[in-house]
Amino acid sequence: MAKLILSMDGLVLKEIPLVKERTTIGRKPHNDIQIDNLAVSGEHAVIVTIMNDSFLEDLGSTNGTMVNGGTVKKHFLQSNDVIELGKYKLKYIAEAGQPVGASAVDFEKTMVLRPSAMKAAAEQARAMATTAAAPDGTQPHSKPDLAEAARAAAAQHVASGAASAGTASKPEPPAAAAPSASQPPKAAQPLGAIQILSGSNAGKELELTKPLTTLGKPGTQVAVLTRRPQGYFITHVEGAQHPTVNGQSIGSAPHALKDHDVVEIAGVKMEFFLKS
Amino acid sequence: MDLSHILEIASSTDPGMVRSHNEDAVASDAAHGIAVLADGMGGYNAGEVASGMATTVITTELARELGKVQPYDIDPETGRPAAERLLREQILNANTSIYQASQSQPQYAGMGTTLVTCLFYDNRVMVAHLGDSRLYRLRGEQLEQLTRDHSLLQEQIDSGLLTAEQAKTAQHKNLVTRALGIDLGIEPEIHEHSCKAGDIYLLCSDGLCDMVSDEDIGMALQALGANLALAAQQLVQMANDNGGRDNVSVILVRVLREYPAARGVMAKFFAWLK
Repeated sequence: MAKLILSMDGLVLKEIPLVKERTTIGRKPHNDIQIDNLAVSGEHAVIVTIMNDSFLEDLGSTNGTMVNGGTVKKHFLQSNDVIELGKYKLKYIAEAGQPVGASAVDFEKTMVLRPSAMKAAAEQARAMATTAAAPDGTQPHSKPDLAEAARAAAAQHVASGAASAGTASKPEPPAAAAPSASQPPKAAQPLGAIQILSGSNAGKELELTKPLTTLGKPGTQVAVLTRRPQGYFITHVEGAQHPTVNGQSIGSAPHALKDHDVVEIAGVKMEFFLKS
Repeated sequence: MDLSHILEIASSTDPGMVRSHNEDAVASDAAHGIAVLADGMGGYNAGEVASGMATTVITTELARELGKVQPYDIDPETGRPAAERLLREQILNANTSIYQASQSQPQYAGMGTTLVTCLFYDNRVMVAHLGDSRLYRLRGEQLEQLTRDHSLLQEQIDSGLLTAEQAKTAQHKNLVTRALGIDLGIEPEIHEHSCKAGDIYLLCSDGLCDMVSDEDIGMALQALGANLALAAQQLVQMANDNGGRDNVSVILVRVLREYPAARGVMAKFFAWLK
């Protein structure tokens, strides 16, 4: 559960968990977070929480809302963001990475959810929760979270049509565990390179930094060198003749390259080596 | 018109590195110019059932309908090519089948699937999609995403709530706003694009585009376009090497040459001579 830490002049006043879909901040008493200070507007800002994500929106306050020193109208809160309202500071702390065990993996399985069919989905969620219950007894965030997410989705203007069309949900575990798209190969992996041994480009060196590098003459013979976490591989792409590694034809299956292997593609010899 | 000499199709589907089973389904029919990819959702094995039903129903029924109607004929009611109506009808058909199965069988309750479907005809491709499965096109060196996801995330990006950068770290990537089989009233998004010889079309589930950047996808297609089967395997492998957190499926379709529909008697004769 994400939370806010309210402080003034470095003094922590309060810790506020973000339990509601909409948490309002303002000077008036009906706000979820009341800050009785004249620099704060009656209805100053709102935090909308959808599953594990929280969005801050300024409600047209007189003095504005600052996040990390900049004025914002709408802001997607990241952990450790500091929201400033006059002299008061609210630090946003995202939910600490939940244990990603078998439960989270099971939970990640896609499921359908719509406001108009909440009941069926709730049953589904319960079924999921039962199957996904972790051995240590921790429940994956189940029905309430999802139901709330759907309601939040329907409530949000951004989900135009979502309310009528229904929202299908394919929940994901916390992003902390999710690798960002297209992670480069691990830095620990040594960088490979090839040096051309024959032909007009003899002596030239090519570092294999990209996930894949093609070599050869298109239409005649092409091979690809792929950079994978396990190392470098060479695979035949096109042409009647297949590349050779240390004089042996590699066929059409991927072939793992070792340091100082000599590769021949389209009549050109080259040496593969690993840079330290 | 038999397109099996004009379209080269390769596909690959894999459960990924984390999931125990594969809820994605792929199907294609080069002769009729059909490619269908679905990413199922639902507890137990219901996701597979939904995606499997979608791909099977749409591929077989569409192929059958294409024997009766020419996809390029203009539909008198809508003024649009018949292909659009055929696609919509067969998607609604599949939707009804999945919905009824989910209503009648308790173990399938609430199942659904995303969908991306291509119908190639007359130098064109008609594309229908629901949810976050995508169609990309590589033309020359340019990789372009032709479909826009029906997802909460995409809507938040469109409304300016999130930037594309922030979206990469968002945690609700998988909230889709449209899907097949969860309701009787669905609205597939259908668009038509013109094809050129040499185009490569990529249909993929979110397991690919969440794990591999568009840049790397484009690079792989350009580098391995000559060997479509290898390119399909390479894309799946890249997703798995990056973590493979979801099922990964791809269908690649290459347009080998132009394929204008043979409309008149003479044109049909010349087409036959080819």
